[in-house]
Amino acid sequence: MTTVQAPAQSKPPPVLNKAVDNRQQGRLARLLLSPTMLVLLIVIGYPILAGTYQSLFSQNQGVDESGFVVQGDQFVGLDNYTAIFSGESGARFWNAFYNTTYFTVVTVTLELILGVAMALIMNRAFRSKGLIRASILIPWAIPTVVSALLWRWIFDANGIANDLLGTQVLWSTDGPQAQWAVIIADVWKTSPFIGLLVLAGLQVIPSEVYEAARVDGANALRQFWSITLPLVKPALLVAVLFRILDGLRMFDLPFVLVGQGKPSVETVSILAFLENSNVRYGPAAAYAVILFIYIVIVAYAFVRLLGADVMGDAKQKMSRPAGRRRLRTVAKGDMP
Amino acid sequence: MRRRSSALGAMTAIAALVLTACGGGGGGGGAASTALEGTGPITLVQGKDTSGFVQQILDEWNASHPDQTVTLIELPESADAQRQQMIQNAQAQSDAYDVLVVDNVWTSEFAANRYIVELPEDQFPVADMLPPVIDSARYLGKLYAVPNSSDGGMLYYRTDLLEGAGITEPPATWAELTEDCAAVAATPAGAGVSCYAGQFEKYEGLTVNFAEAVNSAGGVITDDSGTPNVNTPEARAGLDFLVNGFQTGAIPAEAITYKEEEGRRAFMEGRLLFHRQWPYQYNLANATDGSSQVAGLFAAAPLPGLDGPGVSSLGGHALGISTYSKSKGTALEFIKFYTTKENSQRYLELGSNAPIYTSIYDDPSLQAEFPYLPVLKDSILNAVPRPKVVRYGDATLAIQDAAYGALTGEMTSEEALTQLQTQLEALSNP
Repeated sequence: MTTVQAPAQSKPPPVLNKAVDNRQQGRLARLLLSPTMLVLLIVIGYPILAGTYQSLFSQNQGVDESGFVVQGDQFVGLDNYTAIFSGESGARFWNAFYNTTYFTVVTVTLELILGVAMALIMNRAFRSKGLIRASILIPWAIPTVVSALLWRWIFDANGIANDLLGTQVLWSTDGPQAQWAVIIADVWKTSPFIGLLVLAGLQVIPSEVYEAARVDGANALRQFWSITLPLVKPALLVAVLFRILDGLRMFDLPFVLVGQGKPSVETVSILAFLENSNVRYGPAAAYAVILFIYIVIVAYAFVRLLGADVMGDAKQKMSRPAGRRRLRTVAKGDMP
Repeated sequence: MRRRSSALGAMTAIAALVLTACGGGGGGGGAASTALEGTGPITLVQGKDTSGFVQQILDEWNASHPDQTVTLIELPESADAQRQQMIQNAQAQSDAYDVLVVDNVWTSEFAANRYIVELPEDQFPVADMLPPVIDSARYLGKLYAVPNSSDGGMLYYRTDLLEGAGITEPPATWAELTEDCAAVAATPAGAGVSCYAGQFEKYEGLTVNFAEAVNSAGGVITDDSGTPNVNTPEARAGLDFLVNGFQTGAIPAEAITYKEEEGRRAFMEGRLLFHRQWPYQYNLANATDGSSQVAGLFAAAPLPGLDGPGVSSLGGHALGISTYSKSKGTALEFIKFYTTKENSQRYLELGSNAPIYTSIYDDPSLQAEFPYLPVLKDSILNAVPRPKVVRYGDATLAIQDAAYGALTGEMTSEEALTQLQTQLEALSNP
């Protein structure tokens, strides 16, 4: 027989629909990603939850009759948090909060200016470009504690900084000079980071745009302001967001460079560390949770208000020019 | 799609929360035995071995005890970091640390928190040890650690500069010290040399210097029963000696950043006339390899006080056994070996560590070899330990806050002492 047998009618013909294809791909993607997500959950999620849980407890510091400290945790609910915001520790906390914010704002601003300048220089084609690019990253590569020790030597009362400036400033004593010591060390260390991220953004800009601008008669400053900055904005915002998050949790620079117990450079992380080293894990966790919430708020505001593109959705968004809404005449997923 | 991922997220969050609830909470320590039993390899835990001789002592023990070897674990140089690591080890109830070299101010804290176990006092030659030293290793009358080295503050002074001003004896009171400084400053060789320095940076050394100033003026920080009593005229006189020193410039402005090493550098470069420092500086300042400008030009004297000789703070370290060690028997035998009189003498020779045995100080041949021994012995015998409180970490921070505030001029000495008294009272009655 030459007639073609009809296929068994038990299952419907396969649907050639992109939606189903996407769903199957999505399921495969989730499966392949689940080991990573599990590791991230354990390494990131568990400590956050454990810390929050720990902050609801307090260690009894009293001594019993035979002279030994009473062991064990007690559940105190939100008492650790109210204790942080009240009285003397309240004043100390707000001082640390102000220091943290002040350091972040000042260092990120300075790093931004210096980093963009570095990136513009590195972007030019000149000899030994590779060497310059590699060596400019050295401050970033040195561990923060090591660079804090280096800068402590520089800012010693008889150190190089005082020699070059011709002054006898006591950098590590309490006061604005300690704040500036920390800021200088931090800007030195992390401007290369912003510089490198911005450089990556700069290299994507095609040179024809600059040529066209030059033909139109735009000078260097105008080119920078109207072409470079808007096109490098996504990379710039990501770099600034990372630096803000790093700045808010600054600990090693003030602690090693200036020392503990100096109110002018005390940050919230230092307060958490001090509580921890006195075996008061509940209040330490409470400080950490408060800092965590602060950072989350700042990061969320940054992403929402300024549109920092941390997820890589920019391509899809940029395909629709701002201000002009087009009627969708083709289905999503089809050829444009 | 969104509903499923949010459901997934909620489920994982709940799972993590359950995990946390199982894992966290509680923490009342499993009762570790305090009996001194068990043999096996152990670890000796101390801060950085700056003189470098500890390993050879351990090699001797290891040669004769091949199945109970001792390994050296070095912690950071800073005392605060050492204390933190030892506490973390105890909190984790880990058996990684066996013999702890504790600073003598931590004995009360470690004993009360059950980080170290009680030791049998009758098995150690306690009678031959300097009384203040062995007393600092006791808590509530029981021995918790065996001292292996002591430390007392001495006044280093430049003999050549004093002779140039016609002064033959080191000062015994603060008034004499000020006069001597004025006399030396008038001589050509003494112009530009600062008068006095100690350790005034905001760290444990400031507590030591503050305690010495207060005790040398006849005051106390806490009395014998541990009750704070620092807001007294005597204590104020002691603090004022330092405050006035900064105000008049007798203590150079940069001395507010001095720890031990910065001050030692200043003294060895010839920039200081009088320097309050631990004994370890003696050998280093006498070095003839060119690193010291004052080799042979200085001597050590007891600290001066307000109306007479001053009082040094008692430094030093002692060996304790961690509660969670599994080989406490070996640890005890090792401590006996480490703290013998012969070894104590070797530590003096190898690292200029102040020995703990009275007979070593009285040995004439050693006195000839180490001329500062009599000064050191007096210093230690009259030394006053820093406040023996259980919450020492908080107490020392309160003292540093008050002293640093007064020295930098942020508050008057009256305000500083009032604040300190309030804070110390709050710490003793939680």
